[in-house]
Amino acid sequence: MPLKIIQIKDLSVKYGDIEALSKVSFEIEAGDYVGIVGPNGSGKSTLIKSVLGLIPFEGEILFQGESLSDFMLQKKVGYLPQKMSFIDQRFPATAKEIVVSGLYCRKKFPKRVTRDDYQTAGKIMETLGISGLADRSVGKLSGGQQQRVLLARALINAPQLLILDEPTVALDPQSRETFSLTIQKLNRENGVTILLVSHDAGSIGKYASKFLYLDRKVVFYGTFDKFCKSSEMTDYFGAEQHIICHRH
Amino acid sequence: MEVFSQIREALSFAFVQRALIAGCFMALGCSFLGVFLVLRRFSLIGDGLAHVSFATVAIALLLHAQPMIVSIPLVAIASLIILSLNEKAKVYGDAAIGLVSSFGIALGVIIASTAGGFNVDLFSYLFGNILSVSGIEVWITVGISLIVVLITVLFYHDLFAITFDEDYAYVSGIKVKTVNKILIVLTSLIVVLGIKIVGTMLVSSLIILPAVSALQIVKSFKAAIVLAGVFAVLSVIAGIFVSYVLNYPSGATIVMVNFVFFAFSFALGIIKK
Repeated sequence: MPLKIIQIKDLSVKYGDIEALSKVSFEIEAGDYVGIVGPNGSGKSTLIKSVLGLIPFEGEILFQGESLSDFMLQKKVGYLPQKMSFIDQRFPATAKEIVVSGLYCRKKFPKRVTRDDYQTAGKIMETLGISGLADRSVGKLSGGQQQRVLLARALINAPQLLILDEPTVALDPQSRETFSLTIQKLNRENGVTILLVSHDAGSIGKYASKFLYLDRKVVFYGTFDKFCKSSEMTDYFGAEQHIICHRH
Repeated sequence: MEVFSQIREALSFAFVQRALIAGCFMALGCSFLGVFLVLRRFSLIGDGLAHVSFATVAIALLLHAQPMIVSIPLVAIASLIILSLNEKAKVYGDAAIGLVSSFGIALGVIIASTAGGFNVDLFSYLFGNILSVSGIEVWITVGISLIVVLITVLFYHDLFAITFDEDYAYVSGIKVKTVNKILIVLTSLIVVLGIKIVGTMLVSSLIILPAVSALQIVKSFKAAIVLAGVFAVLSVIAGIFVSYVLNYPSGATIVMVNFVFFAFSFALGIIKK
């Protein structure tokens, strides 16, 4: 039986009187690549923030049967936030410093960064094809380069689960394709479980093994093929189902 | 040459020596914290806490107590209230600073007007006077500044991670709330030290200006902290001597020297681009 890496039961989130998520339940198995899609305001980012423990919620979220804090303490989660596509240009740090900062959580007080840590960062950067950016100021890199630096930071702890919130939103089509292939490779070759939020339902079907359509509640959860063949989804989406399924 | 003999003369006075020691240590603490506070858009916290210290100095004078000793715990509590308003009551960071600082000023004015008799002392804290720092105040300033610098160094990596990306730092398991509390309490300590040096009206400039100046010209975080420290210490030394020679108010002169460093860094930053 496949290991359940995340179990979400009856997750609800309210912002004042507005219900952003209502009784959301689903499970993610180890090795899955789950693409979360939905219209603007459907609760995609709220779901990610709840999973990461960044906002209060009702319901239950378990990571391999443990609470988030226990899971986090074992450094099993890598996270690539959406907003960081726009790093402050003047932030005084090199790309390598940012990648190494992913290791700080592993350190015991008083924390010290060693030469080995920089070598580990160098290897991850090499894997992602960004060795040449190591000593460049992170704020002055292009959007695609910054995303790969932040991905390197997320991967430096060899996480079991990688959570990405609209990682390609600020990228040009070519960088988007390169980035998506990198994530796919991590999933297929390294077995990293992926939970990726995207506004582009069509393109996610190309890479994800599972497809979660969210509209404050779970509208669909299953494989992309099943989504495209589902008559229930045809009733729900009408002609839009065809557009989503044939965009890629 | 007359200027150098005046500086030599100044150095022979104990009150100038005390001012230099206290000023340099406090400036070092300010600059270490300043880089983190500026990058986190929290620079005005120094201003807000300085306003609170106006009230705490009034309370100390009312109780005939040492203003610094009374102010340290009270301003630290105010700093935690600002943080709590921001985190729990969902008051925006700048609004939380505004709330607490206006309360501080109002309380200080009410105490001064009702108690009376110490208005001159109280208002001397508005603009400070580094040349009147007493022996005990030097020891307190040196001790607390060293504590601030030491704790900042010990928590450097966590502070760096939180400054760059607070959400990621939290998700990766760094104790963000605890580190934020440490940063804000250290800031309150350094602000209290600063009210004697440059006064409540100008203390935030010692936190902001050296950091902003350094950030114009460096690309590494550690270099920004070191350069901010150099700017801060040099501005205190130059400010004290210039104010002595020209008979200017010391606090305002220190701030003006900081502006000179900023103008220099700003120009250098443009040339480097």
